[in-house]
Amino acid sequence: MYIKKDCVAMLLAGGQGSRLYALTENMAKPAVPYGGKYRIIDFALSNCANSGIDTVGVLTQYQPLVLHDYIGSGQPWDLDKLHGGVHVLPPYQTALGASWYEGTANAIYQNMSFIERYDPEYVLILGGDHIYKMDYSKMVDFHKKKKADCTIAVQNVTLEEATRLGIMTCDEDNKVVEFTEKPKEPKSTLASMGIYVFTWSKLKKYLIENENANTGSKDFGKDIIPNMLADGQMLYAYAFDGYWKDVGTLDSLWEANMDLINPNVPLDLYDPEWKIYSRNKNMPPQYVGKNAIVENSMISEGSYIDGTVDFSVIFSGVTIEEGAVVKDSIVMPGSVVKSGAIVEYAIIGENSLVCSNSKVGIRPELVENKDEWGIAVIGHNVTISEGTKILPKQIISQSV
Amino acid sequence: MIASNSVLGIIFANMHDSTVSDLTKQRTMGSVLFGGRYRMIDFPLSNMVNSGIHEVGVITKANYQSLLDHVGSGREWDLSGKKGGLHLLPPFGHVGSGIYRGRIEALDGAWNFIEHSQAEYVLLSDCDTVTTIDYRPAIESHIESNADITAIYSKGFYNSAKNQSATVFGMDETGRVNDVMINPQMIGECNIGLNMFIMSKPFLKKIVKEAMSRSLYSFRRNILQGKKDEFKIMGYEHTGYYSKIDSLNSYYESNMALLDTEIRKKLFKQSAPIYTKVRDNGPVKYGLESKINNSLIADGCIIEGTVENCVLFRGVKVGKNTVVKNCILMQNTIVEDDCNLNYVITDKNVQVGKGRVITGSETYPLFIGKNATI
Repeated sequence: MYIKKDCVAMLLAGGQGSRLYALTENMAKPAVPYGGKYRIIDFALSNCANSGIDTVGVLTQYQPLVLHDYIGSGQPWDLDKLHGGVHVLPPYQTALGASWYEGTANAIYQNMSFIERYDPEYVLILGGDHIYKMDYSKMVDFHKKKKADCTIAVQNVTLEEATRLGIMTCDEDNKVVEFTEKPKEPKSTLASMGIYVFTWSKLKKYLIENENANTGSKDFGKDIIPNMLADGQMLYAYAFDGYWKDVGTLDSLWEANMDLINPNVPLDLYDPEWKIYSRNKNMPPQYVGKNAIVENSMISEGSYIDGTVDFSVIFSGVTIEEGAVVKDSIVMPGSVVKSGAIVEYAIIGENSLVCSNSKVGIRPELVENKDEWGIAVIGHNVTISEGTKILPKQIISQSV
Repeated sequence: MIASNSVLGIIFANMHDSTVSDLTKQRTMGSVLFGGRYRMIDFPLSNMVNSGIHEVGVITKANYQSLLDHVGSGREWDLSGKKGGLHLLPPFGHVGSGIYRGRIEALDGAWNFIEHSQAEYVLLSDCDTVTTIDYRPAIESHIESNADITAIYSKGFYNSAKNQSATVFGMDETGRVNDVMINPQMIGECNIGLNMFIMSKPFLKKIVKEAMSRSLYSFRRNILQGKKDEFKIMGYEHTGYYSKIDSLNSYYESNMALLDTEIRKKLFKQSAPIYTKVRDNGPVKYGLESKINNSLIADGCIIEGTVENCVLFRGVKVGKNTVVKNCILMQNTIVEDDCNLNYVITDKNVQVGKGRVITGSETYPLFIGKNATI
């Protein structure tokens, strides 16, 4: 017996995150570390828990080991429930054969039986690759109030950004009249955040139709939304004006981390009313040593800092030795920066080692041709041997 | 190898409360905060769990609200499983007033619980010692030596002027205890008892019931001292790092000892983590003009001033132009801008207003009680 739920969330976490290269070689994008002690998926899961949505299906596909391990029973997010809770949903085999998730809509289609168990009125579709704090219950309330068939969370973006996103045109009642994927000449600047609330009976109908039509894409943005709009269904845009950041590229991942130490960015990780939960590593507090110079940074537990850290985000269990310099960079869990090494404008992956006197990245002002400048990236479990120089824009996934 | 279900752990949460009365005014010794994110009970609990002991009873008698809140279901220590688990043992009605007068009476009050356990052996521990210890070799040594009682001790420097409530053992060449001294008047290297004892369950039952029938309540005085010739009491030396909390000074020194990287390595081992209640704080945020030197800082702190030789617990805030030196600031202490604190211990939720100057001394750190506003 399953107890009926008003709203079930489905979190699409199977993405490869190919634009994060070295960081997603061995883990799905939602498992990539972010913000000192989190992984990207913590935000969507914590938002669910804080919004009172206690039934969450997490659809996984690409490199799921780290992600499955991390989610576990869902206990860190209070999602280990008697009724509902978090469920990891990888692709599976049936009597008719086996297939991978072919698109976002197909992934939900293949898990309709999971949703049906809870007989929900509404289904919330989420991605696992954004950093934001959002009360989904307000969006569901909006959806109910508008008697909508589908509500799409939107954010106001610049005209330039709008050409890269799914753009809505709305009437004065926020009803969507037009939806265009990546328009060359955007008619509006309201971009879809990839967060949808559907009335389940409607979504179910469109998922089945889309599956039978076999369009090849089987995607929410490409198929489901345009189809519903074409049929004259009630689609509404729900405006969200809080902090929302895509971390799909190395640059945006770096920026989203740096946002945390920018006092002008409204993303508060210290709000007791809306905590972001994560799986705890049972590490002692961080130690900042006698030779350390630490300013304007975020540093997590278990770290040992005896060098210089400025404008950086340092994750748990990191060692920055005496005489090492880390500036404008991200150092992920368990990595070591040895004495005399300089890391600037760089991302260092998990459990990597930057040996003495090596140099990773460079300050933009020291590069003459600005096109040659970019963040330097070291992947997970990589050793940068003594005296090695890693240039800006270089992406290193093997030890050098 | 002994099966993990063959040892029951018993932790005394209230023993030694009086030695740090400032800190135990509103809590038990077991729930005294330590080392930036821990409570004293985390050490015996984690040591037991890391030694494969999965059934633990926590005996408590008073002020145990914070203790209950901290340990909860025992999940953080992996003690909420179907087999064994964590059992809180507050005073039980049928034993006189309910407030026990020593370990013996406490054990008698909790005997129903102990009786129900399938364990063959019982490990007793107090909450006054900060250490990381693997109990398995101690239990094996207990079994091999056919001891009635195995008392775990460490070699350390003892000074009767400074140390309170210490047990000092004398032993023969076989390791058998032949002298038990409580707070002796002496200074020097001694075998200092860590208040951890191993016995078989039937033996423990025998001594508890016998002592109760004679109205004897003190394990140290009536059993260790009184029966050292009758019983075979063996010493087991723990050679790892330890510190004992038996005064506000030793509390201060034990916290400050964690600033020594070698000591932290001995205490916080990857293979045997110290578990504690998770609070889901953000990482530490350091401001534009923060200056940090030789300090242990827990998650959730926001530092905008200068911090030197300090232990800061979770959620502490240090304002701009504020200088905090040689201090222990417990959970959620807020020191506003332009303050100067030196040799101060603040309990939880203390607020120090803008521009305050508070100074203690190295030999007498100033203690500010829970929830105080200055």
